[in-house]
This record gives sequence, C-alpha cells and structure tokens, in this order.
Amino acid sequence: MPSLAPRPGRSIALPYAAGFDALRTDLPGGNLPWLSSARTSAIEHFAELGLPSQKVEEWKYSNLSALAKTEFTGPAQNDADAVRAQVVARFAKQSAQRYRLVFINGMLDKSLSDQVDPSDGARVLGLAEAMAGDADFLKEHLAATPPLNGQALASLNSAFMSDGCVIQLQADAELALELLFVAAPGTGIPAYHPRISIAAGANSRAVIQERHVALGDCEYWSNPVTAINLDRGARVRHYKLQNESPSAWQTALTKARLAGEAEYENFIVSTGGRFARNEIEVALEGAGASCTLGGSFMLVGSQQVDNRLYVDHAAPDCVSRQVYKGVLDEKAHGVFQAKTLVQRDAQKSDGQQLSRALMLSPDAVMDAKPELEIYADDVKCSHGATVGELDDEQMFYLRARGIDEATARGLLIAAFLNEHLDLVTDESAREMLGGAVSEWLGGMEA
Amino acid sequence: MLEIKGLCVSVAGTEILKGLDLSVNAGEVHAIMGPNGSGKSTLSYVLAGRDGYDVTAGSVIYKGQDLLALAPEMRAREGLFLAFQYPVEIPGVGSATFFKTAVNAVRKHRGEKEYDAMEFLKVMREKREALGIDDEKIRRPLNVGFSGGEKKRNEVLQMALLEPTLAVLDETDSGLDIDALKIAADGVNALRSPQRSMIIITHYQRLLDYIVPDFVHVLADGKVVRSGGKELALELEEHGYGDIVSGSEAAA
Repeated sequence: MPSLAPRPGRSIALPYAAGFDALRTDLPGGNLPWLSSARTSAIEHFAELGLPSQKVEEWKYSNLSALAKTEFTGPAQNDADAVRAQVVARFAKQSAQRYRLVFINGMLDKSLSDQVDPSDGARVLGLAEAMAGDADFLKEHLAATPPLNGQALASLNSAFMSDGCVIQLQADAELALELLFVAAPGTGIPAYHPRISIAAGANSRAVIQERHVALGDCEYWSNPVTAINLDRGARVRHYKLQNESPSAWQTALTKARLAGEAEYENFIVSTGGRFARNEIEVALEGAGASCTLGGSFMLVGSQQVDNRLYVDHAAPDCVSRQVYKGVLDEKAHGVFQAKTLVQRDAQKSDGQQLSRALMLSPDAVMDAKPELEIYADDVKCSHGATVGELDDEQMFYLRARGIDEATARGLLIAAFLNEHLDLVTDESAREMLGGAVSEWLGGMEA
Repeated sequence: MLEIKGLCVSVAGTEILKGLDLSVNAGEVHAIMGPNGSGKSTLSYVLAGRDGYDVTAGSVIYKGQDLLALAPEMRAREGLFLAFQYPVEIPGVGSATFFKTAVNAVRKHRGEKEYDAMEFLKVMREKREALGIDDEKIRRPLNVGFSGGEKKRNEVLQMALLEPTLAVLDETDSGLDIDALKIAADGVNALRSPQRSMIIITHYQRLLDYIVPDFVHVLADGKVVRSGGKELALELEEHGYGDIVSGSEAAA
C-alpha cells in the first residue's frame, strides 16, 4: 500500500482497501499493463482521499463507519443453476424487444444475457469480456468517457472493478438495454464494484434501465460507477431501481458529460438497502444541453438514502432539473444535497432544484440542501425544499366519503409518488418504476 | 332520522355552537340560514366528524345511534354525506379511482356487492351525464384545475353515487353562476325521496328558489333563533338578518 495519508479527521480507515494487493491477481485484465497501472494509481488515489468521514462536506449527512468496519470478502459462492432459475422466475425481462444483461453477484451471466446485434450500430460488451478479448477497444472507450478524479469511492471502483458493461453507440444508433444486477445469498460479505461505461455518439438514442435486486436478505456492498459521454445531440435516458437487500449497502456514482444539444434523463427509485448513496454529477459542456435528474425514495425502519446531485452549467443555453421526492416512515433518514454551478459564460442557464419529503413518522429525518452557485448574470434558476406531513384536509375529505384511514393514507402517499413518475419519459421504464412504487405501497398496507 | 339537542361546540377554545337544537325526519328538507360567523359551517363539520371541533355539551342521535362516537368514514358509510363548501383538490388521485373506492366502501358496509370496473363505469356514466359532467373531468385528478362551479357539481355527483340517507349541503350555491346553480339544484332535487333527508346550509335565499325546503331555521350566535316554513326565507331576503339576530340577543 502507498504511504500517502489522508488529512486527519476527513477520512475513515477502510481495512478492506488494504486487501487490494492480495486480491489484484484475481482481477481480470491482469495481463494488460495499462489497466494494471490504472488500478495502481486508482488505489493510490483512494489512499490519498480515504473513505470520507462526515467532515467532508459532500458526506456530512452520512456516516460510513459501520461499512468501514465490515470485513468484506470476494464474490459470494452459490449454486449457480439454482440462482439462475430463481432469477428467471422472479425477474422477467421487461420487453422481448430489448436486450438484457444479467449480473449475478457482480459478474455477467452469459447464459441469461442477450447478445447485442452489432448491426444496430451499438456495441455492448461485458467489462471482463472486453478486458480479456478487446483490450484496445476498451482502452479507447474508457479514454473517451468522463474521468473519475476526486471521488474516493469511484477510485475504489477503478481499482477493484471486475465486471460491468461497456456500451458504445455510433452516431445515430439506437439502443434499449436492461441491466439486471442480482445479489444472491452465499458465503461471506461480498463487495462488488460494477462499472458501466457508455459512449453515446452524435444524435444516438439510448434507454438504459438498471435494476438492482436481491434474492432474499443478504449482506453485501455494491459500489457501482457509471460514466457516460454524450456527443452532440445524443439522448440518453437512464433509469435505476435500487431495491437492494435490506442488509446491503449501495454507494453509486454516475458521471455524465454532455456536448451541445445533448440530453440526459435520469430517474432513480430507491426502496432497498440499509444505506444507499445516489450520487450524480453532470457536466453540461456544450450549448443547449439539458438534463433531468429525478428520484423517489421510500424508506422505513432505519434505512437511509443519501442523494447527492451536482450539475455544472459550463456552456450557455443549458437546462437542468433536479427533482427528488421522498416518503419517510419510522426512523428513516433521507438526504437531498444538490448543487448547481453556473459558470460565468453560461448565460441563459435555466436551472431548477426541488426536494419534497412526506414524513409519516415523528422519528423520521430529512436533510435537504439545495444550493445554487451562479457566476453568470442572465440566468433563470430556482431552488426549493418542502418537508410535510399528510394533508389533514385531504385526509378528512377522503374519510368523509367512507374511505377508512389506512386506505386514505395509502391513496395520498401513492398520489405523492405517482405524480412524480411523470418525469420518466420512457413508457416501459415508467411501468417498471411504477410497479416498484406500487409494490412498496402494497407492502406498507400489509 | 337526526336529533340534535343542546349541542355546544368549541374550536380552538372558542365556543361557536351554544346549545343548538334541530330535529330532522326522514324525507324532510331543512334549510339553515344565518349570517357569517353564526356557526353554519361548524355544524356541517361536526356532523361529518372533522378533527378540531370539540363537543362540550349536547348530543347528536342519527338513525338511533350516537353519531359523535363514530369515525368520519363510519358516518359516511351509515349514509351521512357532506357536500363541502370548499371541495379539496387532490393531485395524483384520479377522480374515477377515488369515486369507485368510496362507493365500494359504502356498498360493502351496507352488505351490497362491490361494483367491478365495468359495473362502476356504467353507473358513473349515467350519473355523470345527468349532471352534464364531461368524461374528461372524471379522468383528471380529483378537483385539480376545476372551477368553483365544477367542484360543486362534482360534490353533487358524489352525492348521487353514494346515495346518502342524510345529505348536508354546505353553501353549495356559493361561487356558482345561475346556470351552474340550476344544474346543481336539479341534481339535488332528483335525489329527494321519502327516505332521504337533507340539510341545506346557505347564506342566501337564492338557492331555495330551486331547492324548496320544508323548513327554514335561522342560526345566529351558535343557536337556532327562529324556525318556520319556506316563507321564512323570503322574509329574511326582504328584511335581512338584522331584526331576527338582534331580537335574539335582546331576548338573551
């Protein structure tokens, strides 16, 4: 391990990271000098930054000490055929028309995954597969996606990444792809570092649906990183259902870089995990680019979801929307930290941030910190945050029509969440995410 | 049907109703009139069971049972219906979904078969068309973006769907132009029957031209100060509340 030490107090020791040297021989692509040296510099960068403590501004609402103390192991071992049968039975493909890749315990499962036809102008490869057989393509591809400097957990991913998905879209190509990540109970407490890398050529179109689920309750840590580059006029719609196991951690980072007139739409529904971090950084680098970052989180028990958004308006005439809604019951903890930076030359920027939380219990906590930092003088930016309970007048109105209290609550919570899904412009994604919302509401009534 | 005796109600520590008596038999239509602040809306909310209205004395017996002991939804299922003065907008809740949930809750309580989707659509269509309400309105979230008149008409539609035994209409006329008022009144009149009673709360006599009451009561300072037939409404229209209200204060 390198000797660079993080600044005192700003990081927590993560013994797991020290296991890198022992593990690295098992990681794919060991024969590629450039990859090997990239892994080395990533682990050095992690050592420099350290696992963030709450003294780091971006992490002030979340405490990672419990994660740091956990003794993580390599991938879980299970009876692969039994797991595959369960995956097929429980998680049907959304649509026969689109491609699907299935990852079990972090690794691509070829037998359950589709082969993407390259004649569509889209090239989709498993990451480990690319490391083994298409190293030059991979190297070039990674160089074209946004760099991941400055993010401790992303560096950890860069060091440990063992599988994931590489998506390359030629100009004008179209692709609809589902990515299903399944955790299956097995031995040990595994840590996974999936990497999704997307290079969307000019005017290409992609709809990427991620589902993160588990077969039963199991403890693990998933630390996925998604890096996306959008060339001029490209449109990427990217959706995620985070329904990890109740004992799991997920710390996810998505980084998108947009050229002129490109459009990035992201929507995340979070219902699972003991702790989940949804971090999204978007750089609007070309004039007329736009992004919509929407999310819903529904939490019970002592679950925590920390949403951190960062949008950089670096060019004129760009539009950004950051809208998150949460329903928090029992002792749940929700976080919305959003920052919009409007650079000096980014005139006519249009930025909106909104956080809305519905509190169902006096013990639930919501931290909202929408923030604007504006250096241009001709912009239209707004931010807001509301935290409230169910509306008494609406409750009374429903009950005065014969609807019992529990059903009335359910109707109003569903209304709060369903309305928000209108931000999802892809119909099949809206159905998938809406189904997850309904399932969560159904579980509440039971 | 309904027997209110000596009802005293406070809101946030202020006494609003101060010994109200009212008796309504099956099939009767009673109008309650009175100046602003006399306690008309308080009466409607207490009957429907809204939180924050503290009954400090008196009783309300409805169909032989203590109405005040019932939760709001049980009152509704037992056939009490309040047409709200200010119907609430509920974004995200589809009108049709809400109506079906409400109607089936009431039907279940009555021991009737719950409507399936097709049956409900048929019933809904019939009632909706009678009130001249567009299908498009039913597809929207409840009351969202509706004008005052559309909201009130929506209340009458719900009343027609729920078929109450006692309907309390709280200023259903306010905010309506004359055409909307006539349509709403026609809807209410169509529901008049020997088994169904109504309490019409209004500030103005105008509504009573269209829904003709059997009895008129004047509410002032939390009490019924005068009762009479439908001609009492005309008298109020001509002379205003001044004489009657000040008379009651003098008597007190």
